[in-house]
Amino acid sequence: MNEALIKYLLSLGDTSLILGQRLGEWCGHGPVLEQDIAMTNISLDYIGRARLFYQYVCELQNDGQNEDQIAFMREEEDYLNLLLAEYPNKDFAYTIARQFFLDSYFVPLFEKLSSSSDERLSQIAAKSLKESHYHFRWSSEWMVRLGDGTEESNRRIQEAVQHLWEYTGEMFQYASYENDLTQQSLIPAAEILKEAWAFHIQRVFSESRINRPSDGWWQTGGKSGRHTEHLGYILSDMQYMQRVHPGLDW
Amino acid sequence: MKNWPLFEIFIRSRNGLDHKHVGSLHASDAQMAIENARDVYSRRLEGVSIWVVESKYITASDPGDKDAMFEPAVDKIYRHPTFYKLPKEVDHM
Amino acid sequence: MKDQEQLLKEFQEKIDREEKIEPKDWMPEEYRKTLIRQISQHAHSEVVGMLPEGNWITRAPNLRRKAILLAKIQDEAGHGLYLYSAAETLGIDRDTLIDELLSGKAKYSSIFNYPALTWADMGAIGWLVDGAAIVNQVALCRTSYGPYARAMVRICKEESFHQRQGYEILLALCRGNAAQKKMAQDSLNRWWWPSLMMFGPSDKNSAHTAHSMNWKIKRFTNDELRQKFVDMTVPQANVLGIKIPDDKLQWNEQRGHYDFGEINWEEFNHVVKGNGPCNRQRLDDRRKAHEEGQWVRDAAMAYAEKRSNKIA
Repeated sequence: MNEALIKYLLSLGDTSLILGQRLGEWCGHGPVLEQDIAMTNISLDYIGRARLFYQYVCELQNDGQNEDQIAFMREEEDYLNLLLAEYPNKDFAYTIARQFFLDSYFVPLFEKLSSSSDERLSQIAAKSLKESHYHFRWSSEWMVRLGDGTEESNRRIQEAVQHLWEYTGEMFQYASYENDLTQQSLIPAAEILKEAWAFHIQRVFSESRINRPSDGWWQTGGKSGRHTEHLGYILSDMQYMQRVHPGLDW
Repeated sequence: MKNWPLFEIFIRSRNGLDHKHVGSLHASDAQMAIENARDVYSRRLEGVSIWVVESKYITASDPGDKDAMFEPAVDKIYRHPTFYKLPKEVDHM
Repeated sequence: MKDQEQLLKEFQEKIDREEKIEPKDWMPEEYRKTLIRQISQHAHSEVVGMLPEGNWITRAPNLRRKAILLAKIQDEAGHGLYLYSAAETLGIDRDTLIDELLSGKAKYSSIFNYPALTWADMGAIGWLVDGAAIVNQVALCRTSYGPYARAMVRICKEESFHQRQGYEILLALCRGNAAQKKMAQDSLNRWWWPSLMMFGPSDKNSAHTAHSMNWKIKRFTNDELRQKFVDMTVPQANVLGIKIPDDKLQWNEQRGHYDFGEINWEEFNHVVKGNGPCNRQRLDDRRKAHEEGQWVRDAAMAYAEKRSNKIA
């Protein structure tokens, strides 16, 4: 069994689920009805994507586990999502900046993965790529609107970018399982992704009066199970039902 | 600050059909209106193409003019193919 | 120039011929006002109605249910939006309508002032609350005002899955263990009477029914619709194997309908007046979303104006 592939799929699945969960928190509270619907749509895409990754994990593990046991019965340290995904919504600017950083990563990632020699992975990537193209358009347009909107929106988006920047390095610092998979030529090298990511970031920043923060220390650990304090709360909410009533059908 | 303007949304449900008015929504500009329309009016694969136009740019006929506008067409039944009686052998014309 | 009386007569004839009234057609001021009140109340209900269910998105018990719940609540946002659009054709803009909601001037369905306490409530809301709403809405698909009727047709088409998913949630619980079954029964106990209240005051006390019926804004009275809902729902509860909390509920052979107990109108009036368990919480949530969204809406508008100036 390909242990590295399983961890990688979990990592992608977890990032998708946690981000989907975060976006779902907006439902009913968006700044305007039309954008409430947009965020729910993106949330749904991410939850759907998490399910695809988990289902593939279940097939590979072939030990009778299902997607829900993976989502709801693992401990915090078993979660391998990017720290950025668990960062709180805070306000619309933080939500947009978080989304934009991740979309700018997912678009080149899924472009590459859609031609991975692992057929299942390439199928999931091809489906996710279409969604991510749309997400990227949505979040990058909002980056520009907020950056080049009012003084207040510029200040807010600039602050969000500044605060979240230290979480972006984690995408390109490969965990050991990612290095294994790069060696097996199943996933693209981190440098290729970083280059594509930086290109998107630069283009959007320059259109939007947002300054690129300088690179410094990166917050990492999510991909190996060491998280921020936020994840525990997300899981207590998310896993509540399955923990109180384990093993039932809903 | 001004509110987001209202846009009228037209969707072509599949190629070969006309765009059809489906409703309206608010957006800050036309590009956003298209994206909002995608999420609001085609969550269930209702469309392959979207038109948006700011509502204020639509000029409508006055319903009070209805008689003058549309009545004159009523008696011009010779514009319809069924007006012409042809022998049965060629009536599929 | 036609006089008022003549216009009114033609208007009523048109309605009697089942012709739809369209936005630019002449209409009595009272018809316009009634519609604005009813459509906006309906729109607000959709939007406020997102809150009790939204409360469970992060806690849905499995991934499939989480996705369904999200899609369902998203539909409600969409339905609110279709209805606001319909109201806007009557010459009032959405911002004014939202201000009326947030100031407490406009009403929304009182059912959403009850708390969603357990997962079973997601089932009960879908089955009973959406079920009651559908009874109402199907009737409204033939309402006399064109844009309202069209919005209702669209909404009914989309809502058909809402009630089914709710019932399916309860079905899973009722086929589950004792704790799940208890959860289902408890939610039926709490949601049954408020669902019956959704149809509004009894016909003998309803301020608006007569006018609305004449103008075919409403096609059935509150009591007719309520009866229809009860008749429809009782057999569904039997399939689930849970008990409707009404000792007076029984089949009346003669009437061909179920008889049921009296609604607690005192409670109804209190909740309408703002004293339900969640009235303040719901409005606070909506107010917060609206106020915190102001800078976002402003930013988008400012950006759009800058850009169109650049092009011009």
